[in-house]
Amino acid sequence: MRRRRALTLPPVHARFQAYGINHLRALVFSLGKLYRAPFSSALTLLVIAVALTLPTLLHVFLNNLQQATPQWSQTAQISVFLEDSVADAQLPALAARLAQRADVAEALPVTRAQALEEFRAHSGFAEALDTLGENPLPPLILVTPALEHRSTAALEGLVNALNHMPEVSRALLDLQWVQRLFSIMEVLQRSMVVLSLLLGLGVLLVVGNTIRLDVQNRREEIEVAKLVGATDAFIRRPFLYGGLWLGLGGAMMAVVIVAITILLLSGPVQTLSQLYGGEWRLDGLGFRGTLTLLGLGALLGLAGSWITVNQHLRHIEPR
Amino acid sequence: MILLRNVTKRYPNGHEALSRINLSLDRGAMAFLTGHSGAGKSTLLKLISLIERPSRGQIVVNGQNLESLSARQVPYFRRQIGIIFQDHHLLHDRSVFDNVALPLVIQGYRQQEIARRVRAALDKVGLLHKENAEPVTLSTGEQQRVGIARAVVHKPAILLADEPTGNLDPHLSREIMQLFLRFNQVGTTVMIASHDLNLISSLGKPMVHLHEGRLHRREAEA
Repeated sequence: MRRRRALTLPPVHARFQAYGINHLRALVFSLGKLYRAPFSSALTLLVIAVALTLPTLLHVFLNNLQQATPQWSQTAQISVFLEDSVADAQLPALAARLAQRADVAEALPVTRAQALEEFRAHSGFAEALDTLGENPLPPLILVTPALEHRSTAALEGLVNALNHMPEVSRALLDLQWVQRLFSIMEVLQRSMVVLSLLLGLGVLLVVGNTIRLDVQNRREEIEVAKLVGATDAFIRRPFLYGGLWLGLGGAMMAVVIVAITILLLSGPVQTLSQLYGGEWRLDGLGFRGTLTLLGLGALLGLAGSWITVNQHLRHIEPR
Repeated sequence: MILLRNVTKRYPNGHEALSRINLSLDRGAMAFLTGHSGAGKSTLLKLISLIERPSRGQIVVNGQNLESLSARQVPYFRRQIGIIFQDHHLLHDRSVFDNVALPLVIQGYRQQEIARRVRAALDKVGLLHKENAEPVTLSTGEQQRVGIARAVVHKPAILLADEPTGNLDPHLSREIMQLFLRFNQVGTTVMIASHDLNLISSLGKPMVHLHEGRLHRREAEA
């Protein structure tokens, strides 16, 4: 018996070469396996695609809503109804005074007569007004808040200040619905985060389960491979690529589903926005969004198979 | 080449498969391990190939003390050994060629080198013409020879075989043993567990007899 020596590993360059060759083989092998079982592969991919599509669509819609809301809040105006005692002649001076405020962009005076005319034109109560004989409407100043003072607190401050002026009977902010929309969007955003986490976990589990079955089906092969000197990394590799392809493939299908959905919705949305006098289109995922979705899908697939393979490989040893 | 010092293997259920075994096999030597089934032959081979670890004692194989090998090093250690089983462990979802190629694929050989070596190994066991066949279409003897080709394709220093002729008729068994003798002639250390005393006693190699986990040496009778 010779002197004890350490186990000699192959030289570094040979190991690098083997590493490259092994990766290529695992990659081709795992793709081939998807191809050889097209039905079950398609089914798994579809499940992953649906799980990725739901939060992505929600994300896309929220993005579009957020892009549309600045347009709406521009229409935010404060209607300042004046006391009856204020004469029409005083209106321009009062409007000019208001317009000097830092938080006011524009102040437009509306005389009693103008208000009546507008009311007559738009309300459909013309005949009823005629029977009244005298004009019941107060004079009015339409105040547009300055752009940088559009936060909820600033608007409330402005409305308060206006209400405290002696000439003012009542200042009304027409912004409540925008605020409601903002809070609804916040709820939706939170829901999206929770939904994304849950469905991401779903993808992880679907991939994990698929890979687990795969590991069990190839138990014998794994044992033999370990017997003839396969490292854990070698055995793990095709499974990891398998998970990667599932995640990436599912994400690709999700990209297509999202694109089709947006295509289907863009017509009706355009009609809707025209009805509201707006001019906005439905935006898709975009290049960065697409890349992010693909990357996330691949990452989830890889992580799912990594966790599963590591868990199950330990228990498969040659007997 | 193979050295066991005071090796004991006790399983978690309390069964002592091997008791204080001392054994040494020189480089290039060949020996038979005999004994009834359950005498500990398989356990001994499993300890040498690190499928199991001993409860006590020291094993040195090809210059490496197995105790000092970490789990990470086990695969590289196993590449120096070729193992053959009674039930040949072939993979039925691939051809004979791909079965034999497995150890080379694992070690990252290039495709041309793999083809060359696989064909050489299949030629040695006389199955070159069956390289594209599915294992299930082969006879038991042929399957066993494919298993042997897989065990020697990467030119291991040590060949371990556990009842390689267990399922074969006497004629085929003799052929298989001749194959092992030929590998031994070119320098491979060979250890074969077998209970076919009639056959192996005629081969002129030393025999080691295991009985209830203990060792009894026997000289070759030929």
